Amino acid sequence: MFYREAGDFKVSYADDSQTFPIKFDRYRYYAVLAVAFGLIPFLINDYWANAILLPFLIYSIAAIGLNILVGYCGQVSLGTGGFMAVGAYACYKLMTAFPEVSMFIHVILAGGITALVCVLFGLPSLRIKGFYLAVATLAAQFFLVWLFNRVPWFYNYSASGQINAPERDTFGIIITGPNAPAWATYLFCLIFLAVCALIARNLTRGTVGRTWMAIRDMDIAAEIIGVNPLKAKLTAFAVSGFFIGISGALFFAVYLGAVEVGEAFGIQKSFLVLFMVILGGLGSIFGSFAGAAFLVLLPVVLKVVGVDLMGWPTDIVAHFQLVIVGALIIVFLIAEPHGMAQLWRVAKEKLRLWPFPH
Amino acid sequence: MKKTLTTLALGAAMAAGPAMADLVFPDLSYRTGPYAAGGIPFSDGYNDYFTLLNERDGGIGGVKAKVVECETGYNTEKGVECYESTKGQGALIYQPLSTGITYQLIPKVTADNIPLHTMGYGRTSAANGEVFSHVFNYPANYWNGASGVVNYLLESNGGDISGKKIALVYHNSAYGKEPIRTLEELSKKHGFELVALPVDHPGQEQKSQWLQIRRDRPDYVVMWGWGVMNQVAIQEAANIRFPMENFIGVWWSGAEHDVMPAGDKADGYKAVTFHNVGRDFPVFDDIQKYVVDAGKAAGAGDQVGNVLYNRGMYAAMLAAEAAKTAQEIHGTAEITPAMMRDGMEALVIDEAKMAALGMPNFGPSFNVSCENHGGPGLVGVTQWDAESKTWSLISDFKPSDTEVIGKLIEEDSAAYASENNIEPGCK
Repeated sequence: MFYREAGDFKVSYADDSQTFPIKFDRYRYYAVLAVAFGLIPFLINDYWANAILLPFLIYSIAAIGLNILVGYCGQVSLGTGGFMAVGAYACYKLMTAFPEVSMFIHVILAGGITALVCVLFGLPSLRIKGFYLAVATLAAQFFLVWLFNRVPWFYNYSASGQINAPERDTFGIIITGPNAPAWATYLFCLIFLAVCALIARNLTRGTVGRTWMAIRDMDIAAEIIGVNPLKAKLTAFAVSGFFIGISGALFFAVYLGAVEVGEAFGIQKSFLVLFMVILGGLGSIFGSFAGAAFLVLLPVVLKVVGVDLMGWPTDIVAHFQLVIVGALIIVFLIAEPHGMAQLWRVAKEKLRLWPFPH
Repeated sequence: MKKTLTTLALGAAMAAGPAMADLVFPDLSYRTGPYAAGGIPFSDGYNDYFTLLNERDGGIGGVKAKVVECETGYNTEKGVECYESTKGQGALIYQPLSTGITYQLIPKVTADNIPLHTMGYGRTSAANGEVFSHVFNYPANYWNGASGVVNYLLESNGGDISGKKIALVYHNSAYGKEPIRTLEELSKKHGFELVALPVDHPGQEQKSQWLQIRRDRPDYVVMWGWGVMNQVAIQEAANIRFPMENFIGVWWSGAEHDVMPAGDKADGYKAVTFHNVGRDFPVFDDIQKYVVDAGKAAGAGDQVGNVLYNRGMYAAMLAAEAAKTAQEIHGTAEITPAMMRDGMEALVIDEAKMAALGMPNFGPSFNVSCENHGGPGLVGVTQWDAESKTWSLISDFKPSDTEVIGKLIEEDSAAYASENNIEPGCK
């Protein structure tokens, strides 16, 4: 009924292998893009931008990055927070060193630098895997945070050790700092997210993605059929690091504006992004979006319902949130290990057959 | 097009929002997380004082005060969410009780024209009102605190501490790093040796730092800690039998919950302060009568008279007095955030006013001006008595080394002004 395929004929290979082969899906995707780019910028206000949309967009990029590494390539990483910090500090150093350069360039360069660092910390993945690799990347997390706290060069020798995003623009529109209009910051992040998602989706559909997935499913078998594990693993680390670096740069420069490395990029952040990937769905681009949206919105929704509507004490609501997130992770791991993306996939399957289930 | 939509949206928000008649004081509190031990009493005091004003005086200048509480968990992202969600309700002033959130809010409040009061924390150089037009940190800041510690040591050593060794145990964050510059300057001036020992968030792991203290044998230990870090440090100091009389914390490291876990061994521990301790003030009788006994106390209602409860109450009092001043200046009871800023800049706190509020000798007298948002920086010293489980003030509120601090504030605020293209000056 909703996903009717009757009459939706594919006459070429290109048609058959497109991302959204079902017409309804495709149009829905265009509609979402149209609303995101064409409608929301006109309606957005400070609250929606700074409290909901910016964190959602930025965490989505981070979740896509981590999903490539963990979901597609099977390399468990707990270093996301540290790698986001690399993006943020790279962006800060670039912003202060080259004030006249456009923010687009800074963010992309920050992503590139993070990709290099990520590859460096990915090198052990050639010898170790699974749980041991998780611990190795955990070391990256702690080392990077320690480094940015320890070496004054990274924070330009400021007395407090914080980094502050000065006012920078792109094409004459202010993107960072308190005077940046909500629509500009939103569109800036949205463009990055859209491009990242597009790149990620197409990478995972092609040869590169297949080698990643081969490594994930059975690394020895992959090697036997001709996949180069060195190349596959390091490209996964590089691409993942690039996205995570971009998200770190945006997180610092556009969203928060001032960052204290231990607080903003601590181990909590690594877990948060990992939870997004687990809840959203390992190995799914849509899952990254769903996980990010869920974990960004859940505290806000709980706050609105608990504090504003029900009038409960704020600390009870905050504790409830911890309990609910914890319980959800357990439930998802038991009932639906593939996360929300799988629920969506199953729902779609059912809707395609509806009203004739078999 | 965009403008009309914004106006429409704003209009709708105004119509749908709460009655604008209340004076809104957001409370970005934290009752969860590793810093909750300090966040809870502060927030209780802040809430209770406004409840008292509403119950006893019918509000401020006849308008009820409304406290909107929002849980941040000491987390900057949640702090930003809280700020954005409350600022539209006519928030008059923000007091986030977190250095991290303060740094987030400094540029935002300046752009949104809402005052920010960071009493005894936040960015120290915000004392320069010519650069930080919307940020206030009276009556004292960290550099006053650092100088107050050194002055106290000078006093107890007959004016000479050259050759002494002072260890600084600090929270490895913007907050903890704040006093280092001042202490370095002061060590040059007075000839003492400074050893800085960072402790990482949240501060439960301090074994190596205290091992180093035991080995180096510093004459004094100064602590810049908050939350769970304080309790651990005091316990560790007791474990290595460091003499508690020589252990001095900043004002965020000197409350009941910090010393209680170490029991009798914490006896004699000191902390600097910028307001009085205990509950021997008339205002507490009113709070007992109008708030606690009436069942309107915030939280569990068991914090009344604790050091941080007093501080939260003091913060609320300063906000309420600034609101009164703003009402007088602008001749209207329903003030806006911009008027509130004017009220804060014209705030005068003298002994007569404090006595009238039921808080005689509770804090120092001071005037705020456009040039000086930091107040006089008078610092007293408190000491813990483990037997009676009370803090007591053991020194008057004394001036700090304004010569050294003034220069540092000048430097740091000038750097901020040039980074952010701010033209210093008073409008």
